[in-house]
Order: sequence, then C-alpha cells, then structure tokens
Amino acid sequence: MNLIYEPWPWYVSGPLIAVIMFLLIMIGKKFGMSSNLRTLCTICGADKTTDFFKFDWKAQRWNLVVVVGAIIGGYIGSHWLSPDVAVAINPKTIGDLNSLGFESAGKAYLPTELFDTAALTDIKSLVLLAVGGLLVGFGARYANGCTSGHAISGLSNLQLPSLIAVIGFFIGGLVMIHLIFPLLF
Amino acid sequence: MRTLSYLFIGIFFGIVMFKSEAASWFRIYEMFKFESFHMYGIIGSALVIGIAMVQWIKRYNIKSFYGEKILFMPKEKGIRQYLFGGIVFGLGWALAGACPGPMFTLVGAGYVPILVVIFGAMLGTYLYGVLKDRLPH
Repeated sequence: MNLIYEPWPWYVSGPLIAVIMFLLIMIGKKFGMSSNLRTLCTICGADKTTDFFKFDWKAQRWNLVVVVGAIIGGYIGSHWLSPDVAVAINPKTIGDLNSLGFESAGKAYLPTELFDTAALTDIKSLVLLAVGGLLVGFGARYANGCTSGHAISGLSNLQLPSLIAVIGFFIGGLVMIHLIFPLLF
Repeated sequence: MRTLSYLFIGIFFGIVMFKSEAASWFRIYEMFKFESFHMYGIIGSALVIGIAMVQWIKRYNIKSFYGEKILFMPKEKGIRQYLFGGIVFGLGWALAGACPGPMFTLVGAGYVPILVVIFGAMLGTYLYGVLKDRLPH
C-alpha cells in the first residue's frame, strides 16, 4: 500500500496511460490535450478575429472537463499521494544541472529557479516560461498534436505523420538542451 | 453521467502524470540527455499496449461502451507541418519542461508560475491561428 506514495515506476505509469487512452476511445472520444488550448482561445474570443478559431467549441467541452479533472488529479497526486515530491533523477544529470545553476535538481519536483512563486518577480524566469509555453502552443497546433495526440494516440494507430512529429519533438528538445541551454543558463 | 466519466478519466490522468513524474521538468531534461530510461519506458510501454489495443479494436470491430462504431481518423498526409511544428514543440517542451497535459496537472499541484506557461501556450496557439496560411504545411 505504501508503494502508491512512492514515485510510480515506468512499467506502472506507461500501461496506465494506455488505459486512459483506451477508456477515452471506448467512450467515443480521443486522447489529445493540446486541442484544449485552441478551445480556450475560442472561448476567449479569438474566433472574432481569426477563422482558425471559428469552430463548434461546445463539441469540445468534454475535453475541457478532462482538463478540469487533470487539475484535480494534480492536486490529489501532489498533496495526498506524495509525502516527498523530490524527483530522483540520475546523479550525473543532477551534476550537470548544478553546474548550469539549478541548485534544486534532485531536491524538488520542478526547478525552484523557474517554478517557485518567487520566480514570478524574476524577469528572466518569466520570459523563459512564457517563451517555452509559446513554443509548445504554436508547435502543437502547427504539428496538429502534442505528446498525447501524436506520441501516444497517433503512433498507437501507426500513423506516419505522428512518427514525423515525434522525430521533430526530439530534434527540438535536443537542440534546446544541448545547444540553447548553455547560452541561456 | 458522461460528463462525470470525463471528469474521472481526467482526475486519473492528472494523478498518473504527477506520480509518474512525467510532469517533472527534471525528467524531461534527463530524457533529452539520454541519462535515464524512465521517460522512454513510460512512452514506450504506453505505446506497445496502445498499438495492441487499437489493433484489437479494429480487427474485432469492437464497439464503444455505448454500442457505437469506433472510428480512427487517419492523420492528414504531409511532412513539413509535422516536422516543423514538431521541432517548435520540442524546443518549448524542453524549455518549459511540460507538455499540454502536465501543464494543467501542475496547476493543481500548486505551482503558480505554470500559469505563465499556459498563458504562453494559448498565445502560441493564437499566433499559429493568425499565421497559419503563411506557413509551409
């Protein structure tokens, strides 16, 4: 029973993600989170200026309910199921991060340098977070899907476009961490 | 009733994202450094089981819980939009350390600055909508 309070290993987490996709398919929906960002834009009025946001967003309400659930699940996971949220990453990775200035590596769930509430008054952190989000939102819509839509749903259905997108995710991620991080931190 | 099922699936998803540490910025960094099998194991095992499930549903014409036919929409053909969009997404995923699902999980977990990431992601989505017709697809 105590195992539930420990971090869940990959061989438990991965199959559970497959179960989530399966449940969504079996109730006639599909697993894809980034389309919610488009729905949120439409709700905020983006459809008044841009055709891309003119669609029947009410048909997507179910997915917003999934988002509300994901928020509640995040609360439950962190506040009720995790006495210790520190992420035990590879000691070598911790060393690399320390030398980049991330002292919180190995001691926290997210780097305090970016995600502590105090980071909200730090211009550099704010800009990095906003730009990171901007790239995720732009790229997800451009590629017509994100990790859930392409790497899980699309690849499960053996879609070549999803494989191309996932290769793109990795090119982008590797460039960011190996080439751009040394310039940023 | 259906709304409740979406809510419960979402809650389950949020818990799995947090407890698997897939919502941890550190795990994403470690993945792109190839210094742990953890994230590859998560995505890989989800995928192997996912492929088997989809094949099973297709081969045996499995109906949904509501008795409806299950349709799998093939993705539109193309290379550039997936490659270019994917690269942009990857840049952001590594920087913000969160993709669109975990972003919301982290709101619930109480990390206030993730709201800046979500705001950025909505702005990015809006920018794509505005620039769509001028981008190579």
